[in-house]
Amino acid sequence: MTIQQKAFAIIASLLIFIVIINLVKNKKLKEEYSWLWLLTGFVMIVLVLWYDILVVLTNLIGAVLPTTTLFIFAILFLMCIVLNFSIKISKLTDQVKNLTQKVSLMEAERLNNRVA
Amino acid sequence: MNKKCIIIPAFNEEKNIVSVIEDIRAYTDVDLIVIDDGSKDSTAALARQAGAFVIRHPFNMGYGIALQTGYKYAVEKNYDVLVQMDADGQHCAEFIPDLFRQSESPDCDAVIGSRFLGHNQYKAGAFKSLGIKIFRQIIGWTTGEKITDPTSGYQCLKRKVFEFFTEDHFPCDYPDANVIIMLHRSGFKIKEIPVVMTPNPEARAMHRGVSTITYYFFKVFLSIFITLIRKNRKLIDQRGGSQ
Repeated sequence: MTIQQKAFAIIASLLIFIVIINLVKNKKLKEEYSWLWLLTGFVMIVLVLWYDILVVLTNLIGAVLPTTTLFIFAILFLMCIVLNFSIKISKLTDQVKNLTQKVSLMEAERLNNRVA
Repeated sequence: MNKKCIIIPAFNEEKNIVSVIEDIRAYTDVDLIVIDDGSKDSTAALARQAGAFVIRHPFNMGYGIALQTGYKYAVEKNYDVLVQMDADGQHCAEFIPDLFRQSESPDCDAVIGSRFLGHNQYKAGAFKSLGIKIFRQIIGWTTGEKITDPTSGYQCLKRKVFEFFTEDHFPCDYPDANVIIMLHRSGFKIKEIPVVMTPNPEARAMHRGVSTITYYFFKVFLSIFITLIRKNRKLIDQRGGSQ
C-alpha cells in the first residue's frame, strides 16, 4: 500500500469513527445500533494499520487483490445492516399497526360513551 | 343465544355505505360495525348516522388491517360469530341469515359465501377467472378441500377463528386464498354456501388493471408459499389447549 493510500484510508476511517461516537454522544444514534458501526470503524482502522491481516484474509478467501477482499467484506457488511433494518422495519410496522388499531378502538369507545 | 355482529371495512365509500347498511337492516338487526379505514370523505359520519358503530383509523392502512381491527373489536366485545362484508355493495345482504345459520353447525368454523355455487350469473373478467381457477387448484393440492370461491371476502367466522386472526400472523396486506390455506392447516373447518355478488358498476374493487392484478397474484402466491413453509405452532397450541 502506498503512503497516499494509507493516509487516505486512515483519515477516512478515523472520520467515520469520530462521526459515530459523536452521534452516540448526542443521542442521535441508539446504542443498540452503535456497536455495529463502531466495530466497523474499528475494523477499518485495524486493517489499514495492519496490512498483513488483509493479505492473510485475501489468501484465505482466495481473492487475488487485497482490495477485492475489502470490497467483498464491505458489501457483506452492508447487506447485513440492510437486512437488519428490514427486520426492524417489519417489527416497527407491526407495532405501528397494533398501536393504531388500539387507538382506533379506544377512540371509537370514547366517542360512543360520549354520545350515550 | 349467540352474540352476532357484522363488520364492514370501508374506505371512501360515502356513495354506497348508507345503502349497504339499509340493505343489511332489511334482513337482520344484529350489531353493525363499520371500520372506516382513514376515508377522506364522510363515510364515517354517514355510517354513524345510519346507525352503525364506527371505528375510525386515523389514516389508511389497507383492507386486511381494517378487517383485523374489526376482529379485535369483536373479541373485545365478546361476540360469538361475525359476518364480514364489503362496503361497496357487491355482497348481497339477503345471504347474511344463511351465513349465520350455516355457522351454527358444529362441524363448521368458517363459512365462505361463494358466488360460483348454485345458480349464479356472476361473470368475472377473463384474467380474474383464470386467477380464481389457479387459486382453486392450489387450495385443492395443498389442503384437499374444494373451495369454489377462494377470493371471496363475504364470510362468516366463529369466535375461535376471528380470535386466531387477531394475532400477528394474520396476513394483513393480502388476506385471500392464503387465509383459507392457513385456516385449514390450523385445523379449522371451512364450509361454502352460495351467495350472490353483483359486480361493482364502478369496478372499484381491489382487483383491477393488469399490472395491479399481476402484482396482486404475485403477492398472494408469495403469501401462500410463506403460509406453507411456516410451521403452524398455533395448531399445536390450540389442540393442546382447548377441549
